[in-house]
Amino acid sequence: MNSVRGLLLITVLLFSFSCGQKEANNASEKLSGDIRIDGSSTVYPITEAIAEEFRVKQPSINVTIGVSGTGGGFKKFCRGESDINDASRLIKESEVGACQEGGIKYVGLKVAYDGLAVLVNKENTWVDHFTVEELKKIWEPAAQGKITKWNQIRSTWPNTEFTLYGPGVASGTYDYFTEAIVGKSGSSRGDFTASEDDNVLVKGIAGDKNAIGFFGMAYYEENMEILKLAPVDNGKGAVSPSQETVMNGSYAPLSRPVFIYVSEEALKKPEVSEFVRFYLSNARSIATDVGYVALPEQESKSEIAKFEAFAKGQ
Amino acid sequence: MSKLKTNRLIDSAFKYVGIACTLFGLAMLGIFIGDILIKGLMRIDWDFITSLPSRKASKAGILTAWTGTAWILGLTSIIAIPLGISAGIYLEEYGKKSRLASLIEVNIANLAGIPSIIYGLLGLEIFVRVLNFGGSLIAGALTLSLLILPIIIVGTREAIKAVPTSLREASYGLGATKWQTIWHQVLPAASGGILTGIILALSRAIGETAPLIVIGALAYVPFVAHSPFDEFTVLPMQIFNWVSRPQHEFLVNGAAAIIILLLITFVMNGIALYLRNKWQKKIKW
Repeated sequence: MNSVRGLLLITVLLFSFSCGQKEANNASEKLSGDIRIDGSSTVYPITEAIAEEFRVKQPSINVTIGVSGTGGGFKKFCRGESDINDASRLIKESEVGACQEGGIKYVGLKVAYDGLAVLVNKENTWVDHFTVEELKKIWEPAAQGKITKWNQIRSTWPNTEFTLYGPGVASGTYDYFTEAIVGKSGSSRGDFTASEDDNVLVKGIAGDKNAIGFFGMAYYEENMEILKLAPVDNGKGAVSPSQETVMNGSYAPLSRPVFIYVSEEALKKPEVSEFVRFYLSNARSIATDVGYVALPEQESKSEIAKFEAFAKGQ
Repeated sequence: MSKLKTNRLIDSAFKYVGIACTLFGLAMLGIFIGDILIKGLMRIDWDFITSLPSRKASKAGILTAWTGTAWILGLTSIIAIPLGISAGIYLEEYGKKSRLASLIEVNIANLAGIPSIIYGLLGLEIFVRVLNFGGSLIAGALTLSLLILPIIIVGTREAIKAVPTSLREASYGLGATKWQTIWHQVLPAASGGILTGIILALSRAIGETAPLIVIGALAYVPFVAHSPFDEFTVLPMQIFNWVSRPQHEFLVNGAAAIIILLLITFVMNGIALYLRNKWQKKIKW
């Protein structure tokens, strides 16, 4: 019968205890090596894998990774709240301004490539490839409500309606696709099924005979047996995304680089520069391991050189 | 058909509609749990519970996620339960029944209906930035405390309301003060209802992700938190991270983590049910 009262007393006591611990903790925080990373969920698998391997080498350095998205991550980065930002696109004008305001100097480093795959349903017999112009015709804002049937894309295709699937408008993947295809980042028709979770798009396209959609090629590679890949023709012939075509640049314009941004302030901590060096020198093997495309060797070397020049310049 | 017959028909029809509705809910739950168990049960072993996150699905574990959830639950209870019960007692036993009181009452009910992400934004500004807690466990727990306080307060008030006035009057009649009456009679009698409110509130807190993402819960944390000021991740974050990965093995990991999360919720509800029954039996007026 005393239980509620007991509960009340215990919790009050515990509360005062937990408040008292604050002082002790602030003191020890500076001693331990912490690296705070935030940003894109697209780059996350690469950074996670690097952090995992880095931990084997440096077990006392705590690397934490958040997934606030490229934009959300830059907000924190420019306030000095994170050391490194994962970015699936280049930093935007407005973010450059925010970083200047926050007094944050930084360097952006390419760590891998990602190919965006264009997919249709397995039962789709008519699509052999899309040209970039056809994709633009489908996705540009003016197409909304007007371009709705397959034969409007190419006259030999059937007179039935298609449905569109794509990543959510807040994602870097969407930004990149619209930039590359429509010509303006973030500008597209609005009448498509959007999901932040690419596995939902996979299910949608696999279950809809008239579907057209796009997402990162890692999701296609895991679902090859239920989806049909549509090669993209940029005027030099139809090309399918693969390790090779993305790396040698022939799968254009739908292959994109992904980045990490490192702040100059953070590089003053030896553990951060150690981590970035480790990242750049292992990025090629790790990227392939988690389903992305490695930088060509030459480019990887030039990114390392770029970082070393920046690190020396502080 | 006579009127009596029609009424009887309606009566039994309603019974079957009711049964159908109940079965529908249960069937949905059954299908969901069955699906998750089939996908994830084989993946759960000791290593899964004691391993750090990893890029290799077969090596990845949920150690930091479930310990983060445990920390958050513990801290949230410590903060929200005393505050909530105390506020409930004040509002029900001491507060004057004025216009202000009814305004407060309406607004507490309103607070219970505010989307959780709004609490996340509030927590980000107050706890993370102004109080400078950063994206720490304490900031998360304080935010979730705000979120569940209204539920605890309403639960406490309802439970206290249900205590018969005769009990209070008898206590006063024997010369007890107001506080003695509350402490020795009202609270023990209301404990079952209060506990139900607390468990409902904590069960809500355990599944919340949105406010924690806003205040900065992380996806990859390779160490178990040692203090309330450490950064953290929680099970729902880990689950979301896994189910949105391309590799199927990660989806299996997600299902396995869902089973663990469900298990924690079931165990909590079980404990509450047990305690409530045990205490209820002891009360004899």
